[in-house]
Amino acid sequence: MDEILEVLEKDARNTAEDIAKMLKKKTQNVSAAIKKYEKDGVILKYKTIINKELVKDADTGVRALIEVNITPQKDVGFDRIAERIYSFPEVASCYLISGTYDLLLIVEGKDLHTVSRFISEKLSPMENVKGTVTHFLLKKYKEDGVILKHKEENKRIAISY
Amino acid sequence: MKEIISKKVEQMQPSGIRAFFDLVLGMKDIISLGVGEPDFITPWQIREAGIYSLEEGFTSYTSNKGLYKLRLGITRYLKNRYGLLYCPDEEVLITVGVSEGMDLALRAIINPGDKILIPSPSYVSYGPITELAGGEPIYIDTKDDGFKLRPEKLKRIIDKKVKAIILNYPNNPTGISYTKKELSQINTLLLRHKLLCISDEIYGDLTYDYEHTPFSTLRNAKGHTLYLNGFSKSYAMTGWRVGYVCGPKEIIAAMTKIHQYTIMCVPITSQMAACEALQTGRMAVEEMKREYKRRREFIVDKLNALGLDCRKPQGAFYVFPSIKKTGLNSLEFAQGLLKEEKVAVVPGTAFGNQFNDYLRMSYATSFDNLKEALTRIKNFLKTIRRKK
Repeated sequence: MDEILEVLEKDARNTAEDIAKMLKKKTQNVSAAIKKYEKDGVILKYKTIINKELVKDADTGVRALIEVNITPQKDVGFDRIAERIYSFPEVASCYLISGTYDLLLIVEGKDLHTVSRFISEKLSPMENVKGTVTHFLLKKYKEDGVILKHKEENKRIAISY
Repeated sequence: MKEIISKKVEQMQPSGIRAFFDLVLGMKDIISLGVGEPDFITPWQIREAGIYSLEEGFTSYTSNKGLYKLRLGITRYLKNRYGLLYCPDEEVLITVGVSEGMDLALRAIINPGDKILIPSPSYVSYGPITELAGGEPIYIDTKDDGFKLRPEKLKRIIDKKVKAIILNYPNNPTGISYTKKELSQINTLLLRHKLLCISDEIYGDLTYDYEHTPFSTLRNAKGHTLYLNGFSKSYAMTGWRVGYVCGPKEIIAAMTKIHQYTIMCVPITSQMAACEALQTGRMAVEEMKREYKRRREFIVDKLNALGLDCRKPQGAFYVFPSIKKTGLNSLEFAQGLLKEEKVAVVPGTAFGNQFNDYLRMSYATSFDNLKEALTRIKNFLKTIRRKK
């Protein structure tokens, strides 16, 4: 992978100027590369990871993992039905997976009731959806490589040879 | 009780900057570029192996030389990586970090009055432990040679009393390393004068611009070379204290004699964790290396832009910029920077008195910290200029 992407994936706040310094490149070349990545859809979005448990008035809501069994369609396989499902804003993530069921969804809602209603009124009634199993998330420990707890204190002594 | 202290220890030069260090340790919320260890925590699978070994009840002594499994792993690693062949039975000794390896090596070879050559600036312990072993350290100043030992200079300094040379590359504190060609020239001289090379290659894995060349891979060098390495820097395992020495079996046997009476063996938990590091740690090493390399480019560029002349080091995680232009000496600069901007660095004099125009800065800290530290250094330079 291009090292520009590696650096940005670690910290999206790195400026083109800083990245240029780190990688011994010209700033304008780094900027151009980033622009191209954005245009080509390689870089989709920059966002912040927030530990909502620590935010006082955060609307933490509930999350559920939903296993969905579907009947694939001629010519388009799972793609069209997947699109119909992931287009709902309640669906935070949607994966096609191997094994005993087909789609794995992560669905978010403000409370249990909202999520249940999404499943019973939107998801389950769809033709091609053969069945669903819902697991409500109890606690988040780690997400996308980030451990969700207070920043670790520095344990190194401040000066050593 | 002072009179009870041995003359040798009494005469040992205490580190001139101890007071400065104490000052740093007493302060809070500083950004430290003064740290000689990685800012990564030991990769989890290595820590987990240590924990598992405790659960399984591995709490005993090991063989004096260290676990056979670990010695075997080390020889396999050296063979695969460098084509370097050592026998795990007779040519490897597991030590408490390179520090112990160095001490054992010197004690095993020095007779009273023997001279040991040390290119300087050098790591802080080489001189004092040479003296403790009864030898005489002879420092070779490399300041005017880009911090590299030049063969011509080495040639001039060798006499009959010289027994060995301590090399350390990539170097602490400068980060400077050597190409194979440069090392070969040094080796030619060592061969001619039958000198031992004690090669501290603890930063070997952190070499950025070319492949690291272990001294013992040079032609005809293995017979007069002690290869010292360890897990501290490459695997972020400083606190585990595991190092190793590979070399001619006679010297390893002599070192093992001292080791068995003083240390017995390296803690078994650390040895077990080190085995895991060899098996699964390489990915993590490569990732850390890429990260350090990016920081190196950044800090060298910034320091030079600020007017602090700084060579680009080939390895380790240190830079050794000159502060000559500021008019301050290294301790004044370090103290001022600490008090006014809360950034800690190590004064150059820690590595030899003649390096009063230099600072050692470590870039083993997060990129955010590095950036902030450089902004603060910039501010500090502005204040100095204003005061002038």
